[in-house]
Amino acid sequence: MNNLSQEDSINKRDYMRGAQAGFPIIIGYLSVGLAFGLLAKTTGITLLESILFSSVVYAGSSQFMALSLIAIGTGALGIIITTFLVNFRHFLMSASLSAKLKKGADRFLPLIAFGVTDETFSVASFEKGLLTSEYLLGLNFVSYASWNVGTFLGYVLGSALPPSLQASMGVAIYAMFIALVTPKAKASHKVASLVIMSGIVNSLVEKFTSLPQGWTIIIAIFAVSAFGLFMFDDKEMETL
Amino acid sequence: MKNVFLIIIGMALVTYVPRLLPFTLLKNKTPSKYLGRFLKLIPYTALGALILPGILNATPVLPMAGLVGGAVAFIICYVRGGIILPIFAAIAATYTILVF
Repeated sequence: MNNLSQEDSINKRDYMRGAQAGFPIIIGYLSVGLAFGLLAKTTGITLLESILFSSVVYAGSSQFMALSLIAIGTGALGIIITTFLVNFRHFLMSASLSAKLKKGADRFLPLIAFGVTDETFSVASFEKGLLTSEYLLGLNFVSYASWNVGTFLGYVLGSALPPSLQASMGVAIYAMFIALVTPKAKASHKVASLVIMSGIVNSLVEKFTSLPQGWTIIIAIFAVSAFGLFMFDDKEMETL
Repeated sequence: MKNVFLIIIGMALVTYVPRLLPFTLLKNKTPSKYLGRFLKLIPYTALGALILPGILNATPVLPMAGLVGGAVAFIICYVRGGIILPIFAAIAATYTILVF
């Protein structure tokens, strides 16, 4: 009984820790969600459909892409195939996250997997130590809620935020990515080179090929991570 | 429009399966040495690719604004650490440039 309640409070604490870690994502998702809601309205989609986009698909860049494809009259199959290509990068992120899960932390796996986005993946990956289900559920919940609240408000209120403020808040997500990786890059020149190398590869592939959106990043992650296997010795890998 | 519901369901399926599959495939398994290392490097390479070249066009009206915001986040994080302060400073810097 006592053990059980102790475990309960550890779980609750983990959940809250995850929710707190999601705070930077809330800022970003509210503002980008607002933009999505507004654009959905101007595309001529109903409020219900907009909310379903955000609550059932829950993948920002593919949602924006779907709106522009709907606007130019692309068929359903074309939109769905493009979505598969755009979102396939999450496969790599889920794989990486699942290796960081605590042993036996497989409760709610279907729910945890649903919440994998570029942003939740990034925050969870830079959390110290192994991850519990509760931490991930807390992180996923605040992110999911803010994306949907943003979508709803954007549709209903329209451009309630001045455009410059909204654009600036969109930078929050990049600032978060930078703030997550900077301490690790500062501690190791090799890590810094790996991060920069991946950004350069992604930029070059994007500039010089016409691959579908989302695949330049897959190539960058794949190629530079494989290259990284030769950069770090056993001891350095331990500290990553 | 019925078609939109169809699109949403299809998009949801092709998005969810790649998110779920690795968790079920790797569940309760310890990856081999090199796969484990590869997976451990992904956060770094993913972040690099998520930042570049995206940050160069985060504020399409005036790309310089987003770029300065990113630089401000980097400098503050490098000097003082933290996440919240770098983010708010980046928003403030970007906003200032966009407005003035």
